[in-house]
Amino acid sequence: MSETTPIIEMRKIKKVFPGVMALSDVDFRLFRNEVHAIMGQNGAGKSTLIKVLTGVYEQDSGEIFLEGKSIRPDSPLAAQKLGIHTVYQEVNLCLNLSVAENIFIGKEPMKFGKIDWKAMNRKSEEVLARLNIDIDVTKTLSYYSIAIQQMVAIARVLDSSAKVLILDEPTSSLDEGEVEQLFKVIKKLRDDGLAILFITHFLDQTYQIADRITVLKNGEFIGEYKTEALPKLELIARMLGKELSEFHSTTHDEEKKKASAQAVTDTGTLMSARNLGRQGSIAPFNLNLEGGDVLGLAGLLGSGRTEMAKLLFGIDGADQGDIFIKGRKTAINSPRNAMMAGIGFCSEDRKNEGIFAELTIRENIILALQTRQGVLRFLSMKKQQEIADQLIGSLGIKTPSGENTASQLSGGNQQKVMLARWLATDPMILILDEPTRGIDVGAKREIMELILDLSKKGLGVLFISSEFDEVIRCSTRVAVLKDKAKIAELSGEEMTESGIMHTIAGGK
Amino acid sequence: MVGWKSLTRNKLFWPIVALAILMLFNLFFTPHFFRVEIKEGHLYGNVIDILKNGAPIMLLAIGLTLVIATKGIDISVGSIVAISAGVVAMLIGGDLKGVPKFPIPYAMGVALLISIVAGCWNGLLVSRVGMQPMIATLILMVAGRGIAMVTTNAMVVWLYAKPFAFLGQGYWLGLPFSIYIVAFLVLLTAFVTRRTALGLFIESVGINPTAARFAGINAKNIIFGVYAFSGFCAGVSGLVVCSTVMSADGNNAGLGYELNGILAVVLGGTSMNGGKFYLLGSIVGALIVQTLTTTIYAFNVPPEIAQVVKALVVWIVCLLQSGKFRSTFAAMFGKRELSV
Repeated sequence: MSETTPIIEMRKIKKVFPGVMALSDVDFRLFRNEVHAIMGQNGAGKSTLIKVLTGVYEQDSGEIFLEGKSIRPDSPLAAQKLGIHTVYQEVNLCLNLSVAENIFIGKEPMKFGKIDWKAMNRKSEEVLARLNIDIDVTKTLSYYSIAIQQMVAIARVLDSSAKVLILDEPTSSLDEGEVEQLFKVIKKLRDDGLAILFITHFLDQTYQIADRITVLKNGEFIGEYKTEALPKLELIARMLGKELSEFHSTTHDEEKKKASAQAVTDTGTLMSARNLGRQGSIAPFNLNLEGGDVLGLAGLLGSGRTEMAKLLFGIDGADQGDIFIKGRKTAINSPRNAMMAGIGFCSEDRKNEGIFAELTIRENIILALQTRQGVLRFLSMKKQQEIADQLIGSLGIKTPSGENTASQLSGGNQQKVMLARWLATDPMILILDEPTRGIDVGAKREIMELILDLSKKGLGVLFISSEFDEVIRCSTRVAVLKDKAKIAELSGEEMTESGIMHTIAGGK
Repeated sequence: MVGWKSLTRNKLFWPIVALAILMLFNLFFTPHFFRVEIKEGHLYGNVIDILKNGAPIMLLAIGLTLVIATKGIDISVGSIVAISAGVVAMLIGGDLKGVPKFPIPYAMGVALLISIVAGCWNGLLVSRVGMQPMIATLILMVAGRGIAMVTTNAMVVWLYAKPFAFLGQGYWLGLPFSIYIVAFLVLLTAFVTRRTALGLFIESVGINPTAARFAGINAKNIIFGVYAFSGFCAGVSGLVVCSTVMSADGNNAGLGYELNGILAVVLGGTSMNGGKFYLLGSIVGALIVQTLTTTIYAFNVPPEIAQVVKALVVWIVCLLQSGKFRSTFAAMFGKRELSV
């Protein structure tokens, strides 16, 4: 490995989207015979950087060099011609075509003006053999597992000109054995001289495969490290943008201590989960939520926080374990069941899973309550307005009237509308998935105060956030998740940012 | 001008404007278009004909409105019209003396029941099997014609049972009876969707099915329900069609109705993207379609050109409804604010 000549070098890349600095002066180097991981939280700028490199976006300033020559790909196709290939998270292949057709789509070998099927099948076998895969290439792709499909996607971009291979979250839908299989292939390609850029949310996988790590945060370049020179704990700290020493000094803040001291309107155990799990989504876990509890779920992106929430709210069915509501075993296999049992859930994906943009704020707010009442017992307009106005007032939703459509609200106010929808149902338990994401600081504070208020009233709250300091400030206990499993539960003195990070890094 | 603004924001405004313009055109260019005479105690005239001939499309547009509100589509309604007509005709029978084989109410009931079953089949495919609505209903659109042909033994069945003719040809209080059926079905549907939470649930499912599920709404049942209802509406439409011509033709009854029905719904302001729906708008939409057809006939426009004229008018009406077009248009010509 010669340190001196990176195959790709990106210098001082800057990219601004309206209102957001997506990348500010980011440097990035990629070497031959190396697997390089880019790490960072949501919004760190990983995908923007990749998109600049592959010609999807054009940088506002900064330069890209390929083998020392300045390049400026203006489309993914141009990037491919330069030898930069990407395999995306969602495999974009044609499931109903054969493996060989998928590999040679758009560049089929021709003979006398017709597709030379024999050559195509033979060449496909050869390419796959390079990845140590021996399958029948004439079978349709849908016949094979996701892992094989993933590798077919890789095989497709592997021609003689390939220099750089970018793998975007390739392991997110693979099981352990498949990941191992994929890693073997990646290692082989690396040893064959390819430069591989690997993006994943799985910490352990990064350490298994990556030779070098670049860390980004909020669009800024934090650093480039050799994997062996960067302990896990330090990596997490860098991703969160804090110095290690800072953590040790972080203790409970006073406000929170007071809150937890007050929060003893104990109404007993509201909900508990025993060995609840779902294959490929989250490993079996136990959980206990009492009245007045705010149980924080801390973990990096992709650690299984949302999966846990979706299991508890019946969105995904559990394939093992039980849920108990107030001590009674309850089957929760649909959101409807969960709602009837007194659970509310605010999704992290406001746009697709929460807000009805074209409905009025009033309609958005009363919807869950109306569902619980049943279709026939329609709330009178007067009652609807009463409920909506009361919640708009108490949550401080900024709108001229409940009759405006929800699409006119800012993100923070939409978040409050979702919260209002569930508060209207007078729930026992609230599951809040990233309620503070993408909203301004003031609104964040208000939402957190609201959570504390609710818990004082005896509600059990499950609070998910990527910001560890928020989790700690709000929660009475914290469950730590990592790589799709719950690995620990912290409370009292252990409940600090460094505590959480040590737990995730796998050492105390 | 706040009043003007809220008026143009009303979803019924533009469809009614379009209808009014069409009517105005006729007032000037079609002789006697608005002449209404009283013959044998009934009202006669072009306008009355529009109501009467538009009734079948109006009827199935009611069901289609709800389907489209869930972001679905039902292109099998034309075939269900044929099935419904075929079933009722076979049960009444082509007895020349006009003696029905089975009691007329019974025959009608069975035809409606079979139409509902057809709708349920669509609903099952869309909501449970997860098929795309277009494909799911395409199956019945094609197969339904076959079923209709089999019911009538691939022949045109003529009916002579007088009382049955009342449905499509009769008059009550001077107006065609079919228009009362439309009015009743619209009012009933409006009542059921707007006086209960059903309308809100349908709109929620159409706007954001995932969020609707997360809010505890049983989206599958709602979707199943609207297709079943659409089948029912098409069935009623089939009865009226059969009664109007006193015959059932498996091949031609209800042919092309699905397109006119969808057109009526879209002209009426309900978006193909699902969400907010406007039952009265769909009725106005059906009236536009029918007025257009009648106007074109009144002008003796050759059929091959008639379709082009129809397409042109539809295009203009759709442009009028697009907020984006109106604002661009206003910006192009407007000092006067053509508020959007």
